[in-house]
Amino acid sequence: MRMRGKASCLIGGLALLPMRTAVAAEQGVNALNYPGPAWSPYVVGAGIGVLSWLTFYFSDKPIGASSFYAQVSGFIGKLFAKRHTESLAYFKENPPRVGWEFVFVISTIVGGAIAAITGGEFVNEWLPPMWEARFGDSIALRAGVAFGGGILMAFGARLAGGCTSGHGISGTMQLNVASWIAVICFFIGGIAVAMTLFKI
Amino acid sequence: MIDPAKAVKKSAEKPAPPVAAANKLVAGVIFGLAFGFLLQKGGVGKFNILIGQLLLQDWTVVKIMLTAIIVGMIGVFTLHHFAKVNLHIKPTRIGSNIIGGLLFGAGFALMGYCPGTAAAALGQGSWDALFGMTGLVAGSWIFAEFSASLKKTLEKWGDFGKVLLPDLLHVPRGVFVVIFAALLTVGLFVLERVSSR
Repeated sequence: MRMRGKASCLIGGLALLPMRTAVAAEQGVNALNYPGPAWSPYVVGAGIGVLSWLTFYFSDKPIGASSFYAQVSGFIGKLFAKRHTESLAYFKENPPRVGWEFVFVISTIVGGAIAAITGGEFVNEWLPPMWEARFGDSIALRAGVAFGGGILMAFGARLAGGCTSGHGISGTMQLNVASWIAVICFFIGGIAVAMTLFKI
Repeated sequence: MIDPAKAVKKSAEKPAPPVAAANKLVAGVIFGLAFGFLLQKGGVGKFNILIGQLLLQDWTVVKIMLTAIIVGMIGVFTLHHFAKVNLHIKPTRIGSNIIGGLLFGAGFALMGYCPGTAAAALGQGSWDALFGMTGLVAGSWIFAEFSASLKKTLEKWGDFGKVLLPDLLHVPRGVFVVIFAALLTVGLFVLERVSSR
């Protein structure tokens, strides 16, 4: 009896699913209904380009962000399992340290804060409005999806050799074949999953 | 033209100390502040702009990236030509570039921020970036766990070493940079005409 109840619930749920998605498709989640950038993308892009000259010249470094997260994971790993962490091939080649990349990303947070506060764009929110319009107001759902996405993204970045900054901007501007392959794949994977999440 | 393998400045070959020299860190702080400031002003700390790009509705991300590539490319190759900077080329490994790239993209769509823009998003008070950043740390650790076996397998597929587009096409670098910059600029003009944002 109980089993049948559950089964009918499931069938009912499955029947409802296309209805819900149909409604969502009708509403259509449009990113353009939400706030745009404060500055022209060409000004910001040129600024990042010039910033790259400076990081190459003064620091002998390309702009990159993803290795920061690997270093944080290495620090945490060393805290709990020092010998195991030091035995891992990745950390043997890239020992976690407070270096240029580390302070660079920490400062990126502060730079973002300065820009947002001075520009009156500090949002102080747990859910992006566009996410909420599509998936409701559950912070736990957003947390779970974002955490899972972060895991995939970091694994992918390490495998591919960089992220949207390291490959997508710094690598592509150096005309690195690896970076052009990677960035095209970033967009293929991203578009496929985003369309599934927000359009179907 | 200078070969990237015969770089001008030699990076230190002895093991790096756990904390880098203070002047290096100060430079990192200043450049990081500027980077975060620009990302936020460019709107790429905003979930809807990043996801909007993946939905092909909002073209801000591509406009920023292409402009940065054009400007950066011209400057970096000019500086390199005069032996003022090193190039920093990561090896082309077709298998891991493609599979890693696709995984990265899928994760990007789920998280809604990428590793750099998440930092800017956190700065502007988009607290959900923290969930994604925690995931990035966890994912980096998982990769490290598998790094030894990945090195022996997937990362060997299609390993071409350090290779640049002009070398692949047997075109002099300077010529390639000029033509490519012109092509990307035309691309941006077209994009600006056809995109609503």
